This record gives sequence, structure tokens and C-alpha cells, in this order.
Amino acid sequence: MSLRPSRRALLTGASAVAAAAMLGGCDRLGNTEWFQRTLKTGEDANLFVQRLLLTERSLAPEYAEADISPWFKPNGTEDPPDKPYKALAKGKFAKYHLEVAGLVEAPFKLSLAELRKLPARTQVTRHDCVEGWSAIGKWTGVPLADLLTRAKLKPEARYVMFHCADTMDHGEDDGGSDDAQDAGSDEMTPVGNANPAMTKQAGTGESRKDAGGQQGSAETGASGGSPVRYYESLDLVDAFHPQTILAYDMNGKALPVSNGAPLRLRVERNLGYKQAKYVMRIEVVESFAHIGDGKGGYWEDQGYAWYAGI
Amino acid sequence: MARTYLTHSAPETGEVERRRWMFRHPVVIRITHWINAICLLVLLMSGLQIFNAHPALYWGNISTFDTPLMAMSSTEDDPPKGVTTMFGKTFDTTGWLGSSAGADGEPADRGFPSWLTLPSDQDLTGGRSWHFFFAWAFVLNGLAYLLYGVISGQLRFRVIPSRDQVRHFGASVWEHVTLRFPQGDEAKRYNVIQKLTYLVVLFVLLPVQVLAGLAMSPAMDAAFPFLLTLFDGRQSARTVHFVVAGLLALFVIVHVALVVLSGFWNNMRGMITGWFVIERKVVPAGVAGEPRA
Repeated sequence: MSLRPSRRALLTGASAVAAAAMLGGCDRLGNTEWFQRTLKTGEDANLFVQRLLLTERSLAPEYAEADISPWFKPNGTEDPPDKPYKALAKGKFAKYHLEVAGLVEAPFKLSLAELRKLPARTQVTRHDCVEGWSAIGKWTGVPLADLLTRAKLKPEARYVMFHCADTMDHGEDDGGSDDAQDAGSDEMTPVGNANPAMTKQAGTGESRKDAGGQQGSAETGASGGSPVRYYESLDLVDAFHPQTILAYDMNGKALPVSNGAPLRLRVERNLGYKQAKYVMRIEVVESFAHIGDGKGGYWEDQGYAWYAGI
Repeated sequence: MARTYLTHSAPETGEVERRRWMFRHPVVIRITHWINAICLLVLLMSGLQIFNAHPALYWGNISTFDTPLMAMSSTEDDPPKGVTTMFGKTFDTTGWLGSSAGADGEPADRGFPSWLTLPSDQDLTGGRSWHFFFAWAFVLNGLAYLLYGVISGQLRFRVIPSRDQVRHFGASVWEHVTLRFPQGDEAKRYNVIQKLTYLVVLFVLLPVQVLAGLAMSPAMDAAFPFLLTLFDGRQSARTVHFVVAGLLALFVIVHVALVVLSGFWNNMRGMITGWFVIERKVVPAGVAGEPRA
């Protein structure tokens, strides 16, 4: 029995050393490319299995008007710093045109007034941010399927890209420390957030990889490089889904700038970072390998999964 | 399979201590046990990483930002304080929750501290990659365990209390709280509390945890709307997922503590090689005392 204390000390010591080594080891492992690729197979499996489970007619749950969130939390970019956008906003988007182009037989442009005249769909749906929170809003807009049908996709069309107005980074300078700083604090300090618990989180330099939605560091402005604007992509399964709309109204009123005026994507059954705000141009492509860093979206380029159903 | 031999005798009392080897854990159980252990640890730590992206919990479908059930944050002080609010009450949790040292040693605004999250830095997408991969591994491993357990009869033997155990439930509870571990033949099977605990973990906590995880997926909610009904909304599912993760962590802590207390090396050998030693004190005939076996 005299062995007891030393054995206990041995066990405690060994577990402490093992725990520390394991933590450091996991971090190092998580930074190796082969292991990252291995981990990503989990997300590939998510896409594969969810596509098996969902039919084209599986609708995201729709809610009653009474369920609408009193405040729909704007996330990411809340006021695009870009001059062309500001000019459009000043003129109440009267000069705005949505462009539909790329691998289509009949590219076209439509003004906001023309979009409003098209058949619309209204849905009260839940918005799930990748960070974990949810909000319910009522959206009215043009089904994306109608626009794509009108443009007539070419046979090689595979993806629909959404190019947005808001600048996120400035090209080569991306990844700098002030950039990270801004990405974090901008994301987590939404104007008007009444909850102190939510106002100061992840505001440090290590928060760069936290995608909340559309947010950037364009405020730091003067840095060089070509601007990297928010963009997203859908495959044709989600693009033609009946609940996929380009919304111009939120909760029965014109979409506010903080929530993506004049036009934002609503692709229910997907997380928040797919719901691109400030959509300017729709481009139908065969592959997005040549766009941005080639991962299919701004947050995808930062490491987030292209498939955002979970 | 079982070998019996004498190892030690005490001449004064005539007592003989017998050690009997028992092959306790078949290879499938041993492998699935350790894979499960790794999965649970990674899922817990990467889950806390994901939680840290929005360290607050709500009930219902939406986030009521002004009135969370629980929230962690840091104050504007220098150095910042970590604050946790729960059901409207506020606690100072500096260094643990809300604000704790980041990878560089400086105070960072984070829900759970870096030594509890995977990756240790704030990295939501990294946490999600770990979480999904190990969630798949956990589910497939768990299914393999259940399939084997049902076919081999191990599951029934391990987790369903037998009639005599149910009858002696009270005595068993008392033995458990006084940390007296069964010896002899009784040590060959799990006691009634162990069985009930495993039963609840296997067939309540783990399935609820998986379903609550799935209910947080907007695509799964479209495929199976009953998930939202089951949990009373997506934010409640997130809260349930968090609470059940805590209960599972508690189970693991108690499990490991009991492994250590009831003979660490014997238990470890049992779960690594399959062989487990059962100690049994036998008093030879003619010597006073009642045999306890």
C-alpha cells in the first residue's frame, strides 16, 4: 500500500503531460494539410447524405407572422463602404440593375422596379447563423428559378454565382493584423445590439476565421490591392429550389441597407453565410475554380465548407 | 478461457486469496470503446469551440438576444473580466468563462478557455471540421457497437439488470455510495447502477445528443420537421445539445474516477487486452466466518 501515493502522483502527472501534449498535438495535426483534408471528408459526407435525404420539394419550415423576430440581427457588412454602392443607396436604388449573365442564352438586366413587377414569393423563414444564433424574418422576392429560366441556362451550366457590392478585403493585404481585428470586431458589435453579452466577443486577432456573414475591413480603406467583394455560389439543386428567392422586402418593408438592400439571396435550408446580401450580378458558370480563391465563396475561401446545410 | 490459480495465502488466518483471470471484453467492444473515447473527447472540445462563436443559449426557435438563458461575455475593464449570466443572475468567471488567457497568454474574449477547445485558438471553421468528422466516426462506431452488442448478446448481458439485481437495488446503491466494489463472482457482471447508467447513456443521452445536433441543421429541419417539434425549436435544440454534452462529460468524469478507484491497472488491462482479474477471498472450510463470493 505504500505504493499508493507515488502511483497516484504518477497517474496525475502522466495525465497532465498527456493532456498538454494532446492539445498541442491536435493543434499541430489540425494545421497539416493531409489531416485537414481528412477532416473535410466529414463535411463531404454531410453534403452527400443530406442530398440523399432532401428532395427538391423538401421545404424549410415556414413560420407564422407572430413568430417574426422583433429585431433581425444584421451580421457582417451593415453599410457597404464602396462608393458605387453608396451612390446607388443615395438614389434609393432607382439606378440599380441586377445583371444575369454567364453561361446563359439570354443575359439580361432588370431594375429594382422591374424585379418588383415579376411574380413574387413571400415566406416567413428562420435564418441560422453559422455562429449559432437564429432569427425569423418575412421575405418577399423573385424566385431565382424564374430568373434562371428566363435567362435559359446553357447545358454546361453547373453553378450560380452571386457577386455582391460590399468589399471585404483588399487583395494582397488580406490577412494583416488590422484586417483580422476589424473582421472580428465588426462582426460582433452590431449596432443596436441591446444585449451586452453579445457586444464584445471574438474581438481579438485570432477571430479572423469566424464567419458570421458578410463583414470586412474595407473601412481601413486606403490599403492597396484589388478589392475582394463578398460572393457566394449555389449549385442548381439549391438555385432552383422553390424557397430560393432574391428578396427585396423584409417584414413587409423595403429591405434595409443593414440587411442587404436592395436585393439579397434567401436560400433556406442553408446557413447564414450563403444568404448573400447586396447582390449585384448573377453569373452562371461551369466551375468556380477561377473565381476568388476558387472555393465558391468569400467564407469558403477562408476555410468554411461550401455546403452550408448544417 | 478462465484460468484459476492461487497467488497468495495468509497462514495465520488460513485465508487464501485467489485471483481468477476472466476474459471480460471481446475485441469489438475494446476497439469501439477506445474509438468512442477519442470521439467523445474531440466532440466535446470542438463543440466548445463552436459554442464560443456565440457563447449564449436560448429557448425556442429564435435567439432572444436580450434575454438569453445563459451567456458569457467579457467586460470593458482593463484587464477585462469574464462574466457569465444564467437565468438573469450574473457571476464573475474571469479566467474560466467569458475571458481567459488566449494562445499568446493575453486575456482573450472567449466563452470557454483555450485549453478546453479544439483548436485551442478561436477558429470556428476548424472546430466545425473536427466536429463533423468525429460526429460521423462516433455514429458509425456506435452503430457497429450496437450491432455487435445485440448479435453477440453482450449488450443484454452488460446493460439489462437481471431480476436479482433489481430486487437488491437499495443495497447496491449503498455499496456504490460507500465505494465498496464487488468482489468475486459479483465482479463478473456490472452492478445494477452501472447497468442503469449505461442504459441511460446509450439509449437516452447519446440518441438525444445526435438528434439535437441534427435539429440545428437547417437542411435536416427541412427533411425532418419533427426534429423541431421534438426540441421545441432550433435554439432549444442547441441548448439541449449543450446540456447533454455536459451530462456526458459528467458521465465520463465519474466513469474515469471509478476506473481509477476500483483498480486502475486491472481495468485498463481489461479494456486493452480483454483480461480482467477477479480477486476473491476464500476462507477454507473449517475456519470460522462466512464466505463472501
